[in-house]
Amino acid sequence: MLCDNCKKNDACMHITQINGNNKIDRYLCEECAAKYGDFIMQEHSENQPEIFSVNDFLSGIFNNSPNDQQTTPANAPPAGEEYACPSCGMTYMDFTRSGKIGCGTCYNTFRNRLEPLLRRIHGSSKHTGKIPHRAGKTLNIQQELALLRKQIETYVDSEEYEKAAQVRDCIRRLEKELNLNEGRS
Amino acid sequence: MLQNIFTDNNITWMDGKGTDSDIVLLSRIRLARNFKDLPFPNRASTEQLADARSRLLSVLDKISATTKTNYICLDMDKLTDLQKRVLVEKHLISGNFTKHSDSRSLIVNADSDISIMVNEDDHLRIQCMKSGLDLSDPMMTAFDTDNCIEEEYDIAFDDNMGYLTACPTNLGTGLRASVLLHLPGLAATNQIAKIINISPQLGLAVRGFYGSNAPGNLFQIANQLSLGFNEKELTENLSRAVQEIVSHEREARRALLAYAEDKVCDQAWRALGILKYARSLSERELLSLVSNVRIGIDEKIITSIDVDVFNKLIIAGRTNYLTNLQEKENMSQREIDKKRADIAREIISDSSSDKEVIS
Ligand SMILES: [Zn+2]
Ligand SMILES: [Zn+2]
Repeated sequence: MLCDNCKKNDACMHITQINGNNKIDRYLCEECAAKYGDFIMQEHSENQPEIFSVNDFLSGIFNNSPNDQQTTPANAPPAGEEYACPSCGMTYMDFTRSGKIGCGTCYNTFRNRLEPLLRRIHGSSKHTGKIPHRAGKTLNIQQELALLRKQIETYVDSEEYEKAAQVRDCIRRLEKELNLNEGRS
Repeated sequence: MLQNIFTDNNITWMDGKGTDSDIVLLSRIRLARNFKDLPFPNRASTEQLADARSRLLSVLDKISATTKTNYICLDMDKLTDLQKRVLVEKHLISGNFTKHSDSRSLIVNADSDISIMVNEDDHLRIQCMKSGLDLSDPMMTAFDTDNCIEEEYDIAFDDNMGYLTACPTNLGTGLRASVLLHLPGLAATNQIAKIINISPQLGLAVRGFYGSNAPGNLFQIANQLSLGFNEKELTENLSRAVQEIVSHEREARRALLAYAEDKVCDQAWRALGILKYARSLSERELLSLVSNVRIGIDEKIITSIDVDVFNKLIIAGRTNYLTNLQEKENMSQREIDKKRADIAREIISDSSSDKEVIS
C-alpha cells in the first residue's frame, strides 16, 4: 500500500485524524508521518518571541495622523515643503516611512518637526545625560554650573553660608574657564 | 573561544551569582552611538559602513587595555545563519542585526559580558551585562568603553538632543537598561498584570522574555525613555522598580508556601522527575519545568542540585543552540525535542550531588 500523502513510499503507519465528527483514516510512510508529527507538535510548541519593532510603532504614529491618511496624490503637500537633508539626502517623508533617521545632520535639518515627536516619545526634548568630551567641553561646564547654582540655593535656604561661599568660588572658577573656552573658539 | 561561543551553555554573565540573583538573573546596559561625519547605517554606503567598522577596530586595543579583557571580532558575513541565530539566542546580537551582513560585526570579549554590535541600527551598540541586579557596574564598563572611542573620534551629538541615534526612541542618552527576572510567585498568584499595567507610568516597559505569555515565568523590564533624564536617574529608576518587584515576588512565594506548600513541593519534584527522565521536550515545556525546579531550589525544597542548572538549561534548551550542537541545519522538530531532553538529562545529572545513572 502506498502512502496517502506522497504516493511514493510504502505506507507503514496508520493515523486516525478526528476533526469534530469527521474521522479520517490516513496511511503514511515513515517520512510523511514524521512531517505530520512535526506539524502537530508545532501547534503546541512555542510561538517565536514577539518582536516589537519600534519602527512599526513610529510609522504607526504617522500613518494614523489624519494628514497622511487623507493625502491623495491630488492634494499632496506642496513640493517646496519636501526638502532633503543636505548631508544624507533623507526627506521627512523617508523618515515617516522607515521610522529611521539618516544621519546626525537630519536632526538639525528637521529639528522643528522632530521636537514635538521627541516630546511625545520621551516627554522631553532636552538632554541632561553624559556629554562627549570632544564635542561638549563648554556644555560639560554649563551642566556643572547649573548643578552648582541649584546647590548654592539650597545652602542659602538652609543658612549654611560657609558651604555656599565655597560653592560660589567654584562657580566663579568655572565661569572664568567657560569665558576662556568661548573666547578661543 | 570562537567555538565555545556557539556551543557553551555556561555563560559568565548568567552564572547565578550577584545581588538578588534568586529572582534577578541578569542586568544589562546598552549604549547607542554614531560617528559624527558618517550617515547612519540605514543610509550609509558600503565604504562608509566599512569606515565605521575600521574606526572601532582602531581603538580596540585601547578598549582592551581599559576594560582589561581581550576581544574577538566576528564578521557576520563569515558566519552561518545558524551561528547567527545562536548569537541571537545568547542575546549578543539582535534579530535585526542578522538581516544584513555587509560590514556588520560583533566585537565580543572572552567572557562575552562586554560586546559591541557594529553597524546595527547605529554604528555602535555597546552592550555590557552582569549576573544579578547590578546596573551600575555594567554602566561604568559601558562608559569606559564609550570614552575610549570618543577620545579618538567625534561622536554624533547635539547640545539639546544629546547622542543622535538612527531611531528617535533611543535619542539623548542612547541608553537601554534592562533586567531579566524570574517571577513564578507573581505569575502563580496572578499579579503580573499589575506590574505590566503600572510600568508605563514609571517610564518602564515589561514583557515576557521569550514571548507574550512568558514561558518559564521570565520577564524583561527596561527603561522606555532615553531623553530628559541622565543615565544615573534612568538606571536608578529601573533598579528601584526591580527592587519593588523582587520584594513582591518574595511575598508571593511566602504566601504560596504558606497556603499551598504541598502543591509547590509536588510541582518542583515532579518537574525534576520529568527533566531527569524525559526523552522529548518542547522548548516551552522545558522552560516551564525549569521554572518549577528553580523555585524548588530557591525555597530549599530541592537541595541536591546546583542553582546554576537553571541558567544552563535556559540556554541549552534553545532550538538554534541545540541544532548547532548537532552540526546539522534543518533538524526536524522531533529530533530537536529529543536532543533537548538528552541535554537536559545530562545537565541535571552533571549538577546533581547524588549521582545516579539516568541516561
Ligand atoms: Zn509519504
Ligand atoms: Zn541626514
